[in-house]
Amino acid sequence: MAHNEHTAATEQHVHRDDVGARMGMWLFLFTEILLFGGMFLVYAVYRYQYPDQFLLAGMELNTTIGAINTIILITSSLTVALSIAALQKDNKFLSILMLVITIFFAFLFMVNKYFEWTAKIDHGIYPGSEQMLEKQNGEILFFGLYYIMTGLHGLHIIIGIVILSVILMFIVKDKITSTNLVKLENSGLYWHLVDLIWIFLFPLFYLIQ
Amino acid sequence: MNLNLNHNLNLNHSLNLDPNLNLNLDHTQNHSTPYGVYILVWLGLLTLTAITVTVAGIDLGNYTLFIALTIAAIKSYLVITIFMHIKYEEAIFKVFLLVSGMTLLIIFVLTFVDFSYR
Repeated sequence: MAHNEHTAATEQHVHRDDVGARMGMWLFLFTEILLFGGMFLVYAVYRYQYPDQFLLAGMELNTTIGAINTIILITSSLTVALSIAALQKDNKFLSILMLVITIFFAFLFMVNKYFEWTAKIDHGIYPGSEQMLEKQNGEILFFGLYYIMTGLHGLHIIIGIVILSVILMFIVKDKITSTNLVKLENSGLYWHLVDLIWIFLFPLFYLIQ
Repeated sequence: MNLNLNHNLNLNHSLNLDPNLNLNLDHTQNHSTPYGVYILVWLGLLTLTAITVTVAGIDLGNYTLFIALTIAAIKSYLVITIFMHIKYEEAIFKVFLLVSGMTLLIIFVLTFVDFSYR
């Protein structure tokens, strides 16, 4: 009997490497940074080439909605960090509450994005529209980059909502606990990356005045 | 006799693994940051956002972009070190971060050199 318990315990240790799991997550995040990095590079080159037209196009974006979304993402980064800290302290209730708030903020971000994009499309500003084709090259490039970069970022938010929801279920069902929370930590890293990318998207697109 | 040997082997095995286990615990539990630190970082990030929005409204010519990117870099530093726990990770994580950052920088510099001298 005792012998069996012993092997069961050792097996559990053999199959866990939290540092390795986080390292793998960071490596994935670097591929994400390079993916967005390539787009930021295209943005940088074209902004350098058409500074005045980028300025003109940037004025059309709604700074207020961009700033609100910045605050939403920063706050959701805080709540996911608090969710991890709470579970580390074995406070399951607080951890779940913080994760639910994070997911709520993620939805709120997408709702804002929806209103922002529909307002733009209603004004005829979308790739390939008649109004768009009358604009200068630099402006067309700005809006093209705006749609593809904030769009890809939005896709990451949606993926984040799915991941955080699955993690939430795991915590509720005690599959993730205070002694085994690397899945929660890695999801948190993903969510912080989404925040990090927005930290650069916001000034480059919404704060050109 | 045989059974005894097996048991010994197992004990050794578990002994070997024990330091590993301690390492794991070290990295998941001992570095739990107090809630207050996170809230301070959050307040810092909000302040920096307010600053960057205010500064964007002032016409500073060529410095506008520079200031906006500097503030974004400070915000990133806060998120990466505190929220993403890089401060408490092993040195190899920092090396990874440096390598990916330098890769991106080199790609940017080379592209701009190419673009400017075309």
